[in-house]
Amino acid sequence: MAVKNFVVGLFDDEAVLFPAVKKVRTAGYKLHDVYTPFPIHGLDHAMGLRETSLHTAGFIYGITGTTTALSFMSWVFNVDWPLNIGGKPHFPLPAFIPITFELTVLFAAVGMVMTFCYLCQLMPGVKKHIFHQRQTDDKFVMVIELTDKTNAQEVKNFLQANGAHDIEEQQAEAGWWFGRFDKDDEPYLRKVKTVNA
Amino acid sequence: MKDQFVVPARLKKTSFVLMGVGLLTLLIGLFAFKNENATRFWAGLLQNSSFFLLITLASTFFIAATTLAHGGWQIAFRRVPEAISMAVPVLAGILFLVVMILVFGGKDDIYHWVNLHHVHEDPVLTWKAPFLNKSFFTIATVLTLGLWIFFTIKLRNMSKEEDGWDLKPETGKKIIWRNTVVAGGFLAIFTLSVGSTTPWMWLMSIDAHWFSTMYSWYTFASTWVSGLALISLFVVYLKKNGYLPYVTEEHLHDLGKFLFAFSIFWTYLWFSQYMLIWYANMPEETAYFQPRVWGQWRPIFFLNLLINFITPLLFLMKRDTKRNYTAVVFIAIVIIAGHWLDFWQMVYPGTVKELQFPWYEMGLGLGFVGLIIYLVSINLTKAALVPKNHPYLKESIIHHT
Repeated sequence: MAVKNFVVGLFDDEAVLFPAVKKVRTAGYKLHDVYTPFPIHGLDHAMGLRETSLHTAGFIYGITGTTTALSFMSWVFNVDWPLNIGGKPHFPLPAFIPITFELTVLFAAVGMVMTFCYLCQLMPGVKKHIFHQRQTDDKFVMVIELTDKTNAQEVKNFLQANGAHDIEEQQAEAGWWFGRFDKDDEPYLRKVKTVNA
Repeated sequence: MKDQFVVPARLKKTSFVLMGVGLLTLLIGLFAFKNENATRFWAGLLQNSSFFLLITLASTFFIAATTLAHGGWQIAFRRVPEAISMAVPVLAGILFLVVMILVFGGKDDIYHWVNLHHVHEDPVLTWKAPFLNKSFFTIATVLTLGLWIFFTIKLRNMSKEEDGWDLKPETGKKIIWRNTVVAGGFLAIFTLSVGSTTPWMWLMSIDAHWFSTMYSWYTFASTWVSGLALISLFVVYLKKNGYLPYVTEEHLHDLGKFLFAFSIFWTYLWFSQYMLIWYANMPEETAYFQPRVWGQWRPIFFLNLLINFITPLLFLMKRDTKRNYTAVVFIAIVIIAGHWLDFWQMVYPGTVKELQFPWYEMGLGLGFVGLIIYLVSINLTKAALVPKNHPYLKESIIHHT
């Protein structure tokens, strides 16, 4: 949780945004994030984000579901309350398969959604600073974080040269805080001093 | 950029050697399985000819399905499934010869129902006689094989013809439209044949008393995933020899996803067929699984599941293996061999009954592999490897998963 300084630039077109993102990285500026109205194919690679490990997490949740289903059902039908159902054995594996499958899918799906929300810091009641009102509407917003090594004016000129408009400097909370969706408040902004001014 | 395939001498030699092995095995089989052992001779031919015909036909299905779905990603290697599908006429001829000899040669050890004495004594077969009789079998087989060949050749010829056209928007629209119409026609026929009656006649009627509505779909899933494996093998072979410049690991990734998904689809159908019969536990239905699960075929039955489900599931789960040429070649060979084994355990417990090492069936299988390599390589040379006028070609070049 820290309040930092940012330079924000707006783009109209993803064809302009893409080369700009690549140039930001070669220029060595610290890219905070790029906000787009829709998912852009390959932008994560251009931004240099690492490959997500969400699928590995999904696999682990999946096999957890498989073992939970199989072990619970075999415990119920063999140890806790053995019943004779249509003369079938007490460990009727084919009959267990559909439920095992369902529980595998359920665990994997729910687990992955929750992991995704955790990784993206999404939750009801969790708020984050919005750099521009139109970032989910029709504009592509690039946010560059200012460090003590970067000059704000230089970054602004850089964005200008690469096709951005409405470039401005913002001081904002970089992390998240608890708050109501209808109240526009940034508590940390008021209390805490900037770390990189 | 190499756009015109030239058959390398080594590939030609390999195909001839494999065909030689197949013919030699056939000859040995002719002398080894005589009189009361002749069942195995014909069962091997039925298993191999139906399996290899259906996996090449899967290429026509691939073309038709992707065309109808307006898929663009496969255009960069579309000539490969086209060339594979051109093996259909020859393999259909072989299968036709085999089943006709089985039906009219009175091989009642394979098809129980061709013997009219059995049918008259047997109320179940009498009741099924309007479907399971020689004339219906022949007419349906001729009709389906004829229509498959017609649509396969039609799709191929249209694609070759379009190479001579020009690059105009109207031409592009025309290409899409007429391919869509023909692909739609083929799919209707395909659904009514492979998706419904054809496997009932050719394979399920071996166990003439038994029935399963899942059977055709199960056969389809088996041959479709092996057909995709066959396409992947040829794509990788051409790529590794410097052809198919626009095919990248993105295309391979999609083929890998197909292999992964349809291996699971096959398992789904395998299980659906098995579970209902297991649950109901009715003697006339469990008769099919008795020799397979509790008889001599037990190891093959579970090996089948291991090769065709567990192996692709775990192996293809990672993104890196789907994008790796060597890994895809490995798993494609495993899948083809696995589903060949699947066909073996579909045909043999009802005909030959005893489990024996399948040297004869493997030899025949190698012969068919050689024949497919020969036919496909010949047909790859007959057209450029990139359909340059197809309007979706660009979409395929920039394809990115």
